[in-house]
Amino acid sequence: MNAAASDELLRERVIGIAGAVADPEIPVLTIADLGVLRDVAVDGGRIEVSITPTYSGCPAMNMIALEIEVAVEAAGLGRPAVRTVLSPAWTTDWMSETGRRKLKDYGIAPPARAAGRRALFGAETVPCARCNSADTEKLAEFASTSCKALWRCKTCLEPFDYFKCH
Amino acid sequence: MTARSLIIEETPLVLYCLRRADDALILGHRLSEWCGHGPTLEEDMALSNMGLDLLGQARSLYSYAADVEGRGATEDGYAYLREERQYRNLLLAEQPNGDFAQTIARQFFYAAFADLFWRAMTSSADDTLAAIACKSEKEMAYHLRHSAEWVIRLGDGTGESHARMQAAVAAMWSFTGEMFAMDDAERELIEQGKAIDLGPLRDGWRATVSDVLRTATLDMPASSWMQQGGRAGRHGEYLGHILAELQHLQRSYPGAAW
Ligand SMILES: [Zn+2]
Repeated sequence: MNAAASDELLRERVIGIAGAVADPEIPVLTIADLGVLRDVAVDGGRIEVSITPTYSGCPAMNMIALEIEVAVEAAGLGRPAVRTVLSPAWTTDWMSETGRRKLKDYGIAPPARAAGRRALFGAETVPCARCNSADTEKLAEFASTSCKALWRCKTCLEPFDYFKCH
Repeated sequence: MTARSLIIEETPLVLYCLRRADDALILGHRLSEWCGHGPTLEEDMALSNMGLDLLGQARSLYSYAADVEGRGATEDGYAYLREERQYRNLLLAEQPNGDFAQTIARQFFYAAFADLFWRAMTSSADDTLAAIACKSEKEMAYHLRHSAEWVIRLGDGTGESHARMQAAVAAMWSFTGEMFAMDDAERELIEQGKAIDLGPLRDGWRATVSDVLRTATLDMPASSWMQQGGRAGRHGEYLGHILAELQHLQRSYPGAAW
């Protein structure tokens, strides 16, 4: 097998291993589901993993980088370099369909797709993550983590988290 | 032993990054002072989250400044090892939290500006600044919506909340002009398409502010006298106290880590 082909095989393995790292704040999602894993480059056995932050101040990024290093090393592939890339910027549209489904099953309403830039005081409708009712209201713009808002369902009366659209 | 201050080669691009990073760091630090003191649990979390957004923006900008300067400085070095006179933040950002109304007025005036600023910067010819802008403009849109809703709720609330909100708007007003100030260093970057001309943002900012204040039954201040100095490192009495708290550990124990 030539060097380029073995690099490509290694790259695919690393994509699988790094992509399976869970988001520390929403552990049902992997960084592949989230779209945080941007790319893996392999050059003669040297591995570089690129990740992109969801939010500027996301405190999970350092943890994610560390867990990628640990997972790749544990697979016997050596220590990868983990690089943070900012461009193109992550948006909620980078989240996979699988990721959106897992999020909803976990009780968090997934972000509206391609919502674009909403009017400043424009109305949002977020269906209840539990019963799908559209009769919901926002309780707080900022909730348990910076990527979520707190909503309440007026049909089933349960509060739920909403992964904000960015 | 104390850590020595950084000597910085302030090329126009480094200066541009440091100015915006300092705005975000200092305002974010002010918001973090509310942590555990917010009027309600939701508001405590909102203020902390907004502080975290700003800290994230500051980190990206400091990191980029370090790359551009290319002399081995780090984001931490810029934050911990610069003197007060080397800080380039807007005077608005360092104003004390005051009562909740003053914090909201400060946040509203800044967010109404930063929302427009970062949205325009998404088309910067500098790829890194454009990428930072793509994240920041969305975050600042949330800050704007959040603070504007509070301005309206307090302004159009009780006699007490109206009076406090009006006083806060008046107290912060003279610090808003500096947001639109430009110097030769910035003009050079504007010509290269890396920075944006702040002049045209002023009308949009005034329109947002006057709409919100009108809805809030508050008067728009008429005074056009504005304070400046932060961009050139001339600060009020507050920044030194912020830096004493922010830098104490790294100054006393250089390189301390945990
Ligand atoms: Zn429901």
